[in-house]
Amino acid sequence: MGAQLRVYRQKIRSAQTTKKITRAMELISASRIQKALGRVQASTPYSRAITRAVSAVATHSNVTHVLTTERTNVTRAAVVIFTSDRGLAGAFNSQILREAEKLTSLLRSEGKEVVYFLVGRKSVGYFTFRRRSSERQWIGGTDNPDVETAREIADAVLSAFLRDPEDGGVGEIHMVFNRFVSMMTQDPSVVRLLPLVVVDAEETDAKREVLPLYEFEPDAETVLDSLLPAYIESRIFNAMLQSSAAKHAATQKAMKSASDNADKLITNYTRLANEARQSEITQQIAEIVGGADALASAK
Amino acid sequence: MAVLTVSVVSADQEIWSGEARMVVAKTVEGEIGILPGHEPLLAVLSTGQVRVTLDSGEKIIADATDGFISVDENEVQIVASRAELE
Repeated sequence: MGAQLRVYRQKIRSAQTTKKITRAMELISASRIQKALGRVQASTPYSRAITRAVSAVATHSNVTHVLTTERTNVTRAAVVIFTSDRGLAGAFNSQILREAEKLTSLLRSEGKEVVYFLVGRKSVGYFTFRRRSSERQWIGGTDNPDVETAREIADAVLSAFLRDPEDGGVGEIHMVFNRFVSMMTQDPSVVRLLPLVVVDAEETDAKREVLPLYEFEPDAETVLDSLLPAYIESRIFNAMLQSSAAKHAATQKAMKSASDNADKLITNYTRLANEARQSEITQQIAEIVGGADALASAK
Repeated sequence: MAVLTVSVVSADQEIWSGEARMVVAKTVEGEIGILPGHEPLLAVLSTGQVRVTLDSGEKIIADATDGFISVDENEVQIVASRAELE
């Protein structure tokens, strides 16, 4: 067999093996998207209930809370970055990090120092590679986020927010995460978490437009006090779930195009290999004919 | 007779939902019983049991930590970051 032919065959085999892997990853993430979406859905009743309750307290009482008051003279801001633990997801992580960098330069231009809270191995890797410091990291749980991690993150950002600016407290907290829009689209979004602006639940029921006049027990302030941290936790948990669903969708998309590319490579190399084989045969025939001629004329 | 529409939700899922005759929960100020027609209420729960009495007289007991209860037009929501049925 000719050397050229052997090279082509080798390339075909390698593309075939790669394709097997990418195809498997595509199928795995396709099934995981459904699961992740199910979890987003399962957590909706909680976040809806909590959002409703918070907006009820906020609209029906004139309570001002430390978490909802705008601060003046903010010198430090925190950014929570939600990436994934694994790569092979196309632009998923790089678009988040790019968005975070944009936010950073915006905050810096406003004269604020930026402190980072990182979620996911990819963002931690990005920061350690560049020798940049970060306040806290959480790794290992982005494929299947749990409530405990969300609570830990919420506690960490809350305590940073409530600390004195002189002790390294922050005056603003932002989140950067990928929102799951559809199977094909993941939208990097930047949300200011604190000071809180209570947003209405995404689905507003027509008959529920007017919030009832609640009786608060023990009183509006205490209720708000215990509701707001839970609200923040639920926002963070929701961001984590969205990001994990988006990650699986991004992986599926990336792996699908990888498999398609492998297919294309295999077809091209098969063509080339066939050509090489044919020209080899042609050459052999030519040699045999030439050899026979030479023998005949030598007689 | 009017009934209560009750749902018990925790941070990651809805634990239970259905119709009930009475809900008893423990708030930070003590136990509170809710019957149909209760005024709108938003109360902070202390750790403890939430008992839901169904129309059939059957009782559903859930453990709730860190949560609150909201009542509005015979709709009762028990929301807790951690909750489970007993």
